[in-house]
Amino acid sequence: MTVSDETLATAAADGDAAAFSALVERHYDAVFRLSFRLTGARAEAEDLTQDVCAALPGKLGGFRGASRFTTWLWRVVVNAAHDRRRRAAVRARYAEGWGDWEVDRRAADAEVAEAVDWLTQAMRALPEELRDTLALVLDDMSHAEAGEVLGISGGTVGWRVSEAKKQLRAMRAREEDA
Amino acid sequence: MSDDLDDLKAMMQAATPKPDAEKKAADIALARKNFADLQEARDGARQTSDRPKAGLFRGVTDMLMRMNTRGALTATTALVALGMVVVVPDWQNAPALRGTQPVVTEADDGLADAGLRREAPVPNAAEELTLDAAPAEPAPTAEAPRPAPEPQMAKPELGAETRRQAAPSAAQSIAPRELEGYAGGAANTTTVGRIAQPDADAATALPESDTEAFPEAEPNALKITAEEPVSTFSIDVDTASYGVVRSSLRAGTLPPKEAVRIEEMVNYFPYDYAAPEGDAPFAPTVSVTDTPWNPDTQLVHIAIQGEMPPVEDRPPLNIVFLIDTSGSMQAANKLPLLKQSLALMLPQLTERDSVAIVTYAGSAGQALAPTVATERETILGALDRLEAGGSTAGQAGLQQAYALAGEMRGEGDVSRVILATDGDFNVGISDPEALKEYIAQERESGTYLSVMGFGRGNLDDATMQALAQNGNGQAAYIDTLSEAQKVMVDQVSGALYPIADDVKIQVEFNPAAVVEYRLIGYETRALRREDFNNDRVDAGDIGAGHQVTALYEITPVGSPAQMGDPLRYGAAETVRAEADELGYFKLRYKAPGQDDSQLIEQPIVESGEAVTEARFAAAIAGFGQLLRDETYLGDWGYAEAIALANGAKGEDPFGYRAEAVQLMRLAESLSR
Repeated sequence: MTVSDETLATAAADGDAAAFSALVERHYDAVFRLSFRLTGARAEAEDLTQDVCAALPGKLGGFRGASRFTTWLWRVVVNAAHDRRRRAAVRARYAEGWGDWEVDRRAADAEVAEAVDWLTQAMRALPEELRDTLALVLDDMSHAEAGEVLGISGGTVGWRVSEAKKQLRAMRAREEDA
Repeated sequence: MSDDLDDLKAMMQAATPKPDAEKKAADIALARKNFADLQEARDGARQTSDRPKAGLFRGVTDMLMRMNTRGALTATTALVALGMVVVVPDWQNAPALRGTQPVVTEADDGLADAGLRREAPVPNAAEELTLDAAPAEPAPTAEAPRPAPEPQMAKPELGAETRRQAAPSAAQSIAPRELEGYAGGAANTTTVGRIAQPDADAATALPESDTEAFPEAEPNALKITAEEPVSTFSIDVDTASYGVVRSSLRAGTLPPKEAVRIEEMVNYFPYDYAAPEGDAPFAPTVSVTDTPWNPDTQLVHIAIQGEMPPVEDRPPLNIVFLIDTSGSMQAANKLPLLKQSLALMLPQLTERDSVAIVTYAGSAGQALAPTVATERETILGALDRLEAGGSTAGQAGLQQAYALAGEMRGEGDVSRVILATDGDFNVGISDPEALKEYIAQERESGTYLSVMGFGRGNLDDATMQALAQNGNGQAAYIDTLSEAQKVMVDQVSGALYPIADDVKIQVEFNPAAVVEYRLIGYETRALRREDFNNDRVDAGDIGAGHQVTALYEITPVGSPAQMGDPLRYGAAETVRAEADELGYFKLRYKAPGQDDSQLIEQPIVESGEAVTEARFAAAIAGFGQLLRDETYLGDWGYAEAIALANGAKGEDPFGYRAEAVQLMRLAESLSR
């Protein structure tokens, strides 16, 4: 039996370094996965993950045990992602990141590459709320949970997901027509 | 392409790369480090001592004790602001306070409120990025009071322009919302122009803490002349210890023993010593008088008076103020007092001098580019904009300050970095040894370093000492505006213009005349015998008009005060039969910037009646030994010290000596 996230988080907030380490190690991969879905590029995702790791000790004081730790953690990641986007004044940097990523990825797997390339690029073209929502839902999260992270209702999440799908479909159709 | 969610999921799953193992390890290490740093900062400011407090504040203090650091810090500041409001009725009308919380009773409520919030969140000062507002969980509203959402700290930016914008918001957001008004009030009202009441610190007794650090040094032991006839030490013009002793006594406690450095207490006072004549930059006077606390021993009084060059002959001066703007500097007796102190100093500078300001907190930044010292408005404006917040990246600050001092350097100029801090260096180099090395290296560039200590609570006296001693400078402790006046105005020449570097003293006692001797104080300044003639060994520096006093207690041959038994088989007889000479005094110094030292020497002979100055120095040395609980004084106590000091006040135009007598009386009462 493992100690629950919430217990670890409370202990860490009280200054237990071992609990904090365990918590970070347990969730690092998931934070990175979500970071990738939110940013769509490996380099960006790595930076975002690092940001979250650096800030987490200070943030932890704000965890109050009223919700699941992971829900709280996803919110930290989503907020950090918003912050990064806002600060990234130079859009060119994004493009560069995408370019690098694409080269790497294509070398790795040509077939999946095309589809994913399209998906992630298409997601980048979505409005921010839709993209964040989709990223969370694609992370095997229920609509209710995603809503809690984003501070919106489960119904809104559902609407956003269908809206996102509609826009993706429209994009796909435009490309196929072209 | 399917728009089915499961397909999208599968595509995404395939696309998501695995995290890089190395990157992962580095990130986790970073998270751990930040976690540890945060805990350290927390522990650093946690209040632990349970010294009883005066009635009115006891409840409030108890509440503060249970709070976590930032909350405690801000609440302490609120308490200070409250103290200010109580002590200085005028401040209620101060424009910056108006509209925040000028009413004392309300202030009490605010504090009580803060006390409830035991888990006041810790703002993330050192944090490199600014995440969005911390996630506020949709917590049930009926819940008991919870910590307010974590306040955000603007990332400290380099450059004056951005700092200006970032600073105020940082200062505000440091406080939980309820306290914002108080924190802001304290920061805003204590502007440069306003004079703090020296009495205010009596109302706001020392913050209680166990994080003060003082250098450890055993008192100098009695030496037997036949075994160790030579005593060598570096001069010391620091005065910080006296300031610390004073602030402790005024707050109603005896100072910690290791905070008492007798030479710094003795050297705090101006003495009427003979001015140097001729080319030498200073004149040593050596006299021998009776020891007040022991009729069977004598006191060798070594007095050094530095020359005072006329103002117009002084070389142009480049000063870089390196100001600690970390969160711990927020108390009224720290950053606000510092601003006032620097404002006092400005009129002492001329249009040939220039001033720059570097600040450091989470990161270092330049707050004022080099500016001619007579542009008062510009400099005061920059000072005014300084706000406290964040951790203490002392090393980065030092590096930037030294670099700036290097840029400002011109032909024939004197460059000096003046570090103003509460001594806390919790980011970057935090090991005094490593700092020493860095500064010793920078010293070679010819830039001097002075250290001014502010506030109590986490005063790192050991680090301040290490910095000043290794940076060719002076350490002073500033607890009131009158102390600032003494250091920054009355003695500013000494603090700014060096007249001699690496001043070492060596005394050889004559075993035919002196059986035992003991150097009083200078424990942290001892040098090896062979270092005296080694010009590569660093020692203390003397500024214009500085005075240095050193005292030896000696036991003449045949005196009943002799502690050690004579050797049964005697020592090898190589003593020159000049029993009228008690010993031989030698002093080495270097002219500023020179590599080779000059030697001054003279014999020590009996002299007659103790002059006023020597008697006062002896009284202070006795006072220091009483505070350190040393065993050499016998029955001699505070009453005798007070009588001796009272009889040797001399002119005392500024009342420093009268103040010392008051402190002795306080110590007498407290030690009972």
